[in-house]
Amino acid sequence: MTDKTANTEEISIYDELPDVPPKKKIRLTWVGKLGVTVVIFWIIMVFIGPYVAPFHEADIIAYDSFMPVWSETEGEGFHVLGTDYIERDILSRVLWGARTTIGISFIATLLAYLVGVTLGIGAAVAGGWVDMAFSRVNDAILSLPSIMLGLLIVVALGTSIPILVLTAGVIYAASVYRIARALGQDIMVMDFVEAARARGEGMWYIITREVLPNAIMPLATDFGLRLVFVVLFISSLSFLGLGIQPPMADWGSMVRQNLDGLGYGSYAAVWPALAIASFTISINLIVDDISASEGGSLARKMIS
Amino acid sequence: MQRMVIQRIFIGIITLWVVSVLVFVGTSVLPGDVAQIVLGQSATPETLAAYRAENGLDQPLYMQYATWLGGMFTGDLGISKAGGASISSLIGGRFANTMFLAGVVAIISVPLSVILGLLAAMYPATWIDRVLTFGTLSLISVPDFFIATFMVLIFAVNLGWLPAIANVSPDDTMLETIQASAMPLITLIIVVSAQMIRMTRAGILNVMNSPYIEMSILKGVTRNRIITRHAFYNAIGPIVNVIALNLAYLVSGVVIVETIFAYPGLAKLMIDGVQTRDLPLVQACAMIFCGTYVVLIILSDVAAILSNPRLRNPK
Repeated sequence: MTDKTANTEEISIYDELPDVPPKKKIRLTWVGKLGVTVVIFWIIMVFIGPYVAPFHEADIIAYDSFMPVWSETEGEGFHVLGTDYIERDILSRVLWGARTTIGISFIATLLAYLVGVTLGIGAAVAGGWVDMAFSRVNDAILSLPSIMLGLLIVVALGTSIPILVLTAGVIYAASVYRIARALGQDIMVMDFVEAARARGEGMWYIITREVLPNAIMPLATDFGLRLVFVVLFISSLSFLGLGIQPPMADWGSMVRQNLDGLGYGSYAAVWPALAIASFTISINLIVDDISASEGGSLARKMIS
Repeated sequence: MQRMVIQRIFIGIITLWVVSVLVFVGTSVLPGDVAQIVLGQSATPETLAAYRAENGLDQPLYMQYATWLGGMFTGDLGISKAGGASISSLIGGRFANTMFLAGVVAIISVPLSVILGLLAAMYPATWIDRVLTFGTLSLISVPDFFIATFMVLIFAVNLGWLPAIANVSPDDTMLETIQASAMPLITLIIVVSAQMIRMTRAGILNVMNSPYIEMSILKGVTRNRIITRHAFYNAIGPIVNVIALNLAYLVSGVVIVETIFAYPGLAKLMIDGVQTRDLPLVQACAMIFCGTYVVLIILSDVAAILSNPRLRNPK
């Protein structure tokens, strides 16, 4: 009960004015902060990974495949995480792979957002038959498992990085479209949009000055989740041997190539798998923390 | 209610049709000539023409589509490009294997995840909830092959209990089949259950946030009674929906899991087809997978309609 009284006192008159967006302070728990740290680490590696890596991603450097963790090739240096199935340095490949895996996924997600948000907000603002046509096509794409769609496109067009980016971009644009359209529709019926219309503002003004700024926060949170899906999608395709092609290092195909090593007691397949997991789990932890800090009801307060 | 269900099924049939067009056109509009790709550069114009006539490639695309779709209904799925066997015969046994995998996974993971999800929702913010939420969040954010890799590491390499390759053959006894397919089964159960536990928990907590629950809290009803008497019945709808949805997720799960364990199922057949660019085979497999997926999604929607009294008995 004390909690409840404290809460009512905190609500000031300003929070209830409709046009002043409440200032929300995002407080992260230690789990969330851990997530931020790991994500920042990988983002830095996207940029500097190839420069800090001891060897080149394609260099066949050691004399032995599946060397154990912390072993040495004379005259070359240490293999902190051992070597892979054709005598390449695992640590170097994981660091190079950050750029490939995260970089390509990021570009694909960006593409998905560009297409999805443009069409989604466009459909919400335009309404009518434009909305109908876009939404039906979208439903058809969404009604297929993404990995199936990916396989179909790959079998038709072959594997290359631009096709991979396009495939992931188009498939995930469908889910971005759905969210952007729903957000756009919610915002279009708000009073301030009506006010802008009454002032005689054009469509462009309404989209860029009224709708987009109000949709940006929810879209940003969703961007994180979407990025995770794209990383998983591209890694899975690579894992199946249909994504990024050798000798480029990417985390998904590294797991697949070194899988046999597990039988000889080599952990070569584990490191890239851990790299994917650390990145995707961390993003999810941050997103979870942000959504958890956005309020709760009486029931949740009582039971927690 | 009947109208809504019929409407939903109708939309589903339309979706299936659009999917068939997507699958056919998507794989048919290849850059380059199919006959040339199959027969190679050395083929003479006569053999190319003969190949086209034999496979109906000289006909316009919509005729090819009609023939293909007709074949889908009559069970004549065409001839595989690699080896020339009929696709129906290739798919038959593989399909049964995949159904076995999916069936066992469903039987085990559905009750398991509903119970665990309910537990997490009943004791929120306790250690059991924290372990379940963190554990399932981690599991859903890693790729399926990550879990499979660790399965191999633990059960095949370190403990040596189970084979890393799922060598299933029809002559095996029940026990041998279960042992051989244990790894793919466990992996899929983990992947699917993690999703279901989270969604079940979220479904019940969502109901817990509704005004009538607040009312019963204010009345002084105990928490367990609220969950078992008020929240659970209203969460059945969402939970049934979650179950159907997750069985649909199984479709993409089997692709990875069958490949990693070399399990002789439909998905493995499809991936092999993709690698050899065996179009008719890939088209047939894709249609079966997408068809199953769409049917399960329709079922989940129908279940949601049926379990909601307001939709069941409209005013």
